[in-house]
Amino acid sequence: MTASTAAAPIAPATPPEQPDRPPARKRKLTGYWLLLPGMLWLAVFFVIPFYSLVATSLYDRTGSVLQGYDMAWQFSNYWHTLDDYWRPLVRSLWYGGLATLICLALGYVLAYAIAFKSGRWKNLMLVLVIAPFFTSFLVRTLSWKLLLRDDGFIVNALQFVHLLGSDGRLLATPVAVIAGLVYNFLPFMVLPLFASIDKIDHRLIEAASDLYSRPIVGFFKVTWPLSLPGVVSGTLLTFIPAVGDYINAELLGSPKQRMIGNVIQSLFTDANDYPAAGALSMMLMLLILAMVLFYVRRAGTEELL
Amino acid sequence: MSPLQRMGRWVGQHLVLMGGLLVIVYMFVPIFVVVLMSFNKPKSKLIYRFDSFTLQNWLHPCTDQSMCSALSRSIQIGLLATVVATVLGTLMAFALVRHRFEGRAVANLLVFLPMASPEIVMGSSLLALFVAAGFGGQLGFWTILIAHIMFCLSFVVVTVRARLAGLDNNLEQAAMDLYATEAQTFRRVTLPLVFPGILGAALLSFSLSFDDFIITNLNAGNTTTFPMYVWGVAQRGVPMQVNVVGTVMFLVSIAIVVGAELNRRRQEKALA
Amino acid sequence: MSQVAEAPEKSGDVGAYEGLRIRSLTKEFASFTAVKSLDLDVPSGSFFALLGPSGCGKTTTLRMVAGLETPTSGSIELSGKDITWDKPYRRPVNTVFQNYALFPHLDIYENVAFGLRRRKSKEVDRSVREMLQLVELESQTRKRPPQLSGGQQQRVALARALINSPEVLLLDEPLGALDLKLRRSMQIEIKRIQTEVGLTFVHVTHDQEEAMTMADTIAVMNQGVIEQMGAPAELYDNPETTFVANFLGQSNLIEVEIRGPEGDFVVVDMQGTLASIPTQRTHVQPTVGEKAWVGIRPEKVLIAEVGASIDAPGNSIPGGVVSDVSFIGVSTQYLVRMPWGQEIQVFEQNTGRRRLFRQGEQVDISWHPEYAFLLDHHQDASAGVDKVDAPS
Repeated sequence: MTASTAAAPIAPATPPEQPDRPPARKRKLTGYWLLLPGMLWLAVFFVIPFYSLVATSLYDRTGSVLQGYDMAWQFSNYWHTLDDYWRPLVRSLWYGGLATLICLALGYVLAYAIAFKSGRWKNLMLVLVIAPFFTSFLVRTLSWKLLLRDDGFIVNALQFVHLLGSDGRLLATPVAVIAGLVYNFLPFMVLPLFASIDKIDHRLIEAASDLYSRPIVGFFKVTWPLSLPGVVSGTLLTFIPAVGDYINAELLGSPKQRMIGNVIQSLFTDANDYPAAGALSMMLMLLILAMVLFYVRRAGTEELL
Repeated sequence: MSPLQRMGRWVGQHLVLMGGLLVIVYMFVPIFVVVLMSFNKPKSKLIYRFDSFTLQNWLHPCTDQSMCSALSRSIQIGLLATVVATVLGTLMAFALVRHRFEGRAVANLLVFLPMASPEIVMGSSLLALFVAAGFGGQLGFWTILIAHIMFCLSFVVVTVRARLAGLDNNLEQAAMDLYATEAQTFRRVTLPLVFPGILGAALLSFSLSFDDFIITNLNAGNTTTFPMYVWGVAQRGVPMQVNVVGTVMFLVSIAIVVGAELNRRRQEKALA
Repeated sequence: MSQVAEAPEKSGDVGAYEGLRIRSLTKEFASFTAVKSLDLDVPSGSFFALLGPSGCGKTTTLRMVAGLETPTSGSIELSGKDITWDKPYRRPVNTVFQNYALFPHLDIYENVAFGLRRRKSKEVDRSVREMLQLVELESQTRKRPPQLSGGQQQRVALARALINSPEVLLLDEPLGALDLKLRRSMQIEIKRIQTEVGLTFVHVTHDQEEAMTMADTIAVMNQGVIEQMGAPAELYDNPETTFVANFLGQSNLIEVEIRGPEGDFVVVDMQGTLASIPTQRTHVQPTVGEKAWVGIRPEKVLIAEVGASIDAPGNSIPGGVVSDVSFIGVSTQYLVRMPWGQEIQVFEQNTGRRRLFRQGEQVDISWHPEYAFLLDHHQDASAGVDKVDAPS
């Protein structure tokens, strides 16, 4: 057999008249061409802006938008803004983290129910999860403002059972802001969780119970570990937007519940202090990146996408 | 077993399902308020609560002209952003699933990053770019559109890519084996099978664009979109027509989803 | 179809081979060579099986014939026309895919009509109905593939390919996804259809029973090369390599030393007993003193009480002890431990004329010389034994 392979060069096995041979090079280039427009868009309007943000955060703060800024490599911007705004920054992480945990608890119950308990209503329940979120974010948040108002039904009920004092309120408290965050970002938690749980073979859980696990043990030894990829992507997809959000803090909270988003927004649009706003944005981004990396490492699920 | 015990057992078995249903009810509470308030006739502009029933909001949705112009601007931006993002994103998804080339990892990362960045950071960096490039005075329709296409793109890529990756490679080979040229294979087999994914991506893009506030607000200049209008009136007193818009959005999205599901079932039934 | 691709000097070729002709076909992937300089002739109208374990290159070969894989070198000719580099849609070849690859968005009718529509056939409706009748699915035309059972989907895949009257129909493990019972009935069904339509079928499988049931000719492939080719009975009775001996059915391979040719036989020393093998069943140079393998199929081995006369002159081997007995019903399978430590498999028909032997009993074994075969000692005696059932 090897002899005939050696003979190949004498009688060319791949003669020039092979017009249709798929050219591997051309195929490779097609990939680049398909990718090019979208990648250019992302490069120009996502990557380069990030670079401008870094630059902006190092400008001389004494300039203004109208007169222009000077590049001063002012790393002190970071210290000064951190000094001024560390409270909202910490508060954002705290609110975002707590909201994410509550979302995880609620979302897990819901995702589990849809995946395993809904039977033929699975599709309908999934639609019901997503449907409310096609109504404007702001309009929904305004509804919560109405629901949580001081003489509203919820506050009255809580006062009646003495969970709130007679002059207690929900609006303009951390409770309202966190509740708003939970509500608004819940689908970001439910959908990845559902995708993960739905993939779990139900027979594995039966096998666990066959092997002497009570349901609760079976859950923690089988279901939960297998759903971890969904838990990881769900918590990230919830935490990241929740930390950066300022709509809930603005509509449901008071200045005491200002989050970092409120600060950045007002530094840009009201105070026109671009360097400070840029520095805060950068810090938020780096903080989130660091936390995400740490979290993904610990959770051990590298195949996030 | 007594009826009480039996009920206790039933509840125990369906605890998770009931929990799930409760969460769904919770998700619908504000929607209920939105629908209710769309029929509200408020006594005072400043106090936001249900006073008495009226159809006026539905009959005259454009009492505040600025709301309707913001709404139409949002729809225009949403449609344009959807078209561009869907086309570019679908091409990218095809490249990422169907072609092997160096730099795929970088491309995947670049697609992933916008989804992992807080909106406030993306919005502020875009603003920084526009200002640095000297467009600080021209913020408006076009800068909003650019931003929306940017953040919709990743979601389109991810949605279409998932659909494409789930596609059996053999199907296209079978088509070629059955005398379909590359172009015919794409038109007759690939496209029909990927289309639901593309449609889903387009719907997602539109709703993301239509609903965005944080990035838009930073890059809008004096232009007002619908969410920005709501933001503005939240301080001054909300016209009840806002709830009409919210209700319509909800109904339209439900209609699309239910329509798609019915269509699927009808096809299946007709074939059974 | 594609006149352009036809080389001018080929058109005048009078003695063109009618059928599929493959010459020194090679396919190299980045890390290994899937097919090594393969030569193959499949006569027109035959049912041909490529049999081998997963990863032996049989599917790659099939895909190259279909045009779904590009060869590294070599040529593929169909009725004298070179189709090596033709696109899949330019060759008169159709494939039944392993998992059928039915278009989920088209109904059964449109799946079957797909190829005809691409070629702008005028008689789509009549042909589709005829074809669906042939595979007995005329009542299912408007269903979609997921609504059909596995066996029905299989028949749609077959109809979809057959309707184009290809010069060669390729079947890639077409029955792999079906359960055993359905598989058996589909084997007969496909064989019936092949006889009816008279087309060339090339069938890839790892299931030796399937290959033997259906094919006129089997090529046994291993590690990218064809080990042996021939009619099923020929391959089974006279395997040329240890791989074929083990992969196609089972064989006892006993180490022997060659004593030399003697008339029409080669005499070997089998662990102290002299045995003779017919020359045409000797697949090794009979060099005196060299080692070799004597192969004998379990059902050809005769078993008897010690000292009893066995109807097989010259090859009787004493000293066996029954180490295991499995009563199957139609036959009994014995394992007999020989004095040199090897366990020999023996299948005996339960004709009822003899009693069963018990474990631990002393026995003699023997066989007719014309059933044994002699193989190269350099080959691995366990090659092909470990049959992996997973399709490639």
